[in-house]
Amino acid sequence: MQSVVVLFVMSLLVFVGVYAIGNPIDILINPQADQIDRERAIAALGLDKPLWEQYLVFLKGALTGDLGRSFVHATPALGLILTRMPATMELAIAAMLIAVVLGIPLGLWAGLKPNGVAGRTIMAGSILGFSLPTFWVGLMLIMVFSVMLGWLPSNGRGPTMLLFGLVPVSFLSWEGLSHLVLPATNLALFKLALLIRLTRAGTRESLLQDYVKFARAKGLSNARVIGVHVLRNIMIPIVTVIGLEFGSVIAFAIVTESVFAWPGMGKLLIDSINLLDRPVIVAYLLVIVTLFIVINLVVDVLYSALDPRVRLAEAKG
Amino acid sequence: MRPVPVPRRLAAAIAIAASVALGVALTAPASAQELKIAVAADVTSIDPHFFNLFPNNNIAEHIFDKLVQMDADSRMIPGVATSWKTLDDRTWEFKLRRGVKFHDGSELTAEDVAFSINRVPTVPNSPGPFSAYTKAIVGIDIVDPYTIRFRTAAPHPLMPNDMSTIYIVSKKVATGAPTEDFNSGKAAVGSGRYKFVRYVNGDRVEIVRNDAYWGEKPPFARVTFRIIKNEPARMAALLSGDVDAIEQPPTADLARLKSDPKFTLTSKISHRVIYFNFDHLDRSSPFVTGKDGKPLEKNPLTDVRVRRAISKAINRPAIAERVMEGQAIPSGQLVSEKLFGHNPALKAEAYDPEGAKKLLAEAGYPNGFNLTIHGPAGRYVNDEKIVQAVAQMLARVGITAKVETAPMGPYSGRASKQEFSFHMVGWGASTGEASSPLRSLLATFNRDKGLGAVNWGRYSNTRVDYLIEQALQQVNDENRMIMLQRATELAMADLGIMPIHFQFTMWATKKNVAYTPRTDEYTLAFQFRPVRQ
Repeated sequence: MQSVVVLFVMSLLVFVGVYAIGNPIDILINPQADQIDRERAIAALGLDKPLWEQYLVFLKGALTGDLGRSFVHATPALGLILTRMPATMELAIAAMLIAVVLGIPLGLWAGLKPNGVAGRTIMAGSILGFSLPTFWVGLMLIMVFSVMLGWLPSNGRGPTMLLFGLVPVSFLSWEGLSHLVLPATNLALFKLALLIRLTRAGTRESLLQDYVKFARAKGLSNARVIGVHVLRNIMIPIVTVIGLEFGSVIAFAIVTESVFAWPGMGKLLIDSINLLDRPVIVAYLLVIVTLFIVINLVVDVLYSALDPRVRLAEAKG
Repeated sequence: MRPVPVPRRLAAAIAIAASVALGVALTAPASAQELKIAVAADVTSIDPHFFNLFPNNNIAEHIFDKLVQMDADSRMIPGVATSWKTLDDRTWEFKLRRGVKFHDGSELTAEDVAFSINRVPTVPNSPGPFSAYTKAIVGIDIVDPYTIRFRTAAPHPLMPNDMSTIYIVSKKVATGAPTEDFNSGKAAVGSGRYKFVRYVNGDRVEIVRNDAYWGEKPPFARVTFRIIKNEPARMAALLSGDVDAIEQPPTADLARLKSDPKFTLTSKISHRVIYFNFDHLDRSSPFVTGKDGKPLEKNPLTDVRVRRAISKAINRPAIAERVMEGQAIPSGQLVSEKLFGHNPALKAEAYDPEGAKKLLAEAGYPNGFNLTIHGPAGRYVNDEKIVQAVAQMLARVGITAKVETAPMGPYSGRASKQEFSFHMVGWGASTGEASSPLRSLLATFNRDKGLGAVNWGRYSNTRVDYLIEQALQQVNDENRMIMLQRATELAMADLGIMPIHFQFTMWATKKNVAYTPRTDEYTLAFQFRPVRQ
């Protein structure tokens, strides 16, 4: 119920916001067109109606699952976003994988040996990951690995294949994978730094807890203490952050997508904003809101798996 | 939901490796088989009548034919039509080339031409229709499969120019086809130099050579247009060798491109003039104030001496040399040298700050006034920097100028409602002649006549209007040329608008590829050719 209200408010805000920026016809129509052509084009897109009426038309369509047609692509806005979604999802998942697979072990290491050379290097590196702007790092990656070394392609998505005969993905071929490496790394850096710091802080804190001391006193092996007692306890905040950050990775892959010309939905959003293609902008933001809602749900479910004290139907308990 | 079995993945990898190897083997001897071009703007549709947008037309130029083509200098040359003439004041006759074949093998005839012209105003939801170029036609007569006549309500000398913008689609394939069918390729059947292969929204367009083309066949057999809007990313794609050529290399990298022996920089004067609009309305202009910051009752910009002073205060050669890195030519009129209606007598205003001060004093503003200059951000080459340079130059003659810029969307919305006092815009004479800027920018705003649609400063001069209206109906080329030149001369004497320069369009290529640059800014695959090294 709450989510429906959120979606509704969101659509209203975006609708009014985009309307306030200006009339898309001003930039869409060829300048050579005369006044009458202009009026005709405005009417063709329904932009001559008052704002509330345009919104009602949109709402009526939205209730039947039709979020309107893109002004410039002449295709349904939702369909347009869905065709671009696999590219962004693939990039986001690859970035999150890199962040998790590298971030948690590195953070653990830095937390267990905070004063060692490796621990300090990891922490110093994570500060860089935090503070360097994504677009700059992206360009540097391109300069080094594509322009100077020539190892990896500088932009674009490689050839795609259908996964499960349905979703086009590029990681199934070497060429596709090589296109994925740089943008995914670029997108992962910030999250990687975040996960390192989070894991390290959690590890250091839990090492001082009684249950860890007790476990050691019981004579459990070091691996078991760390693997079960430490890791399991620090996972809850980490899963929360991974969940939330996954949403933001998808929503804010825009910078990486434009630096690497990755044909995802973030790039679509930027292009649509430039052309004031309102149906696409509204549909995009609604999709993202829905995505956040779903991710939060998944995180809640994961909680209960990790922490036996959390139950989904808490009201009963 | 089962994982992809490993053998299939392996097979796929082998297949790709094999195709790459094969590709190399095939391309190696000729070395001129494939061309990859990075373009700077998004292609929104393959339907050539849906949206009159530069990047869409750029692709349509490859797949579809037109009756009339434009050469690299924006001069009309025969396309599908071999010749054209007026039968009387109100009838144009076009003779069609025989044996022009669509990509599906069917022949292109007058039926297809008539169908295409009739389709233009009927494409649903078009945000930018081509109807401006077909509306003069009130009747179409198909005399025989290779002869077509267009009847107009009034004499219409620009018919060939109009026909140089209308792409011919196949009646058989495109009847009833929605825009989606063009994007998917189903209806994207033209008769142009290349055949449509694939369009991936926001990513790429792939085309392959049409070996049955009636004219000269292009050197490259396969062409991929990659859409890379981000400037450094486009540059990196060239530097890393991922693409063979890019359009609009960033100005900051020009020096590097010029000195690097691995690349060639090609540039050409564009049909686009960069100019400023004055507020010509008799009112207290919204962004002009006195030196004390209070609004001025009278709008100083309505005084031609003030406009002239502003024009004299601007050092155009300095803007061309420093702001534009030499990639512009100062201008004193609307169309560049090779375009129809260029007036050789009109030179760019000379830089004369003393003269400017004198004129300001004469007009009653010896101490100048305050002014906010508006400009678009990211629409024209170095647009924001030009506006800033102009503001500094005006300060030297006593006009204290502030600068405000905004993206083109909101900017043009405000400019078209006369919300600015002095603002910058650009105009591309896409019909290749001077009536295009004259009728849109300088004719008095008149909805019913369709004149002055982009006359945002609301300049108005009845003599100029008279000449423009006469020229638009003057079928004799020589007379029309004189009228256009004279109208330009009068409007420039008034400084109805103030031209700054013609910008250059640039292309950067690898050394082994050369491009024949074009005035109309198009990046056309068939104008690239391999260079032996």
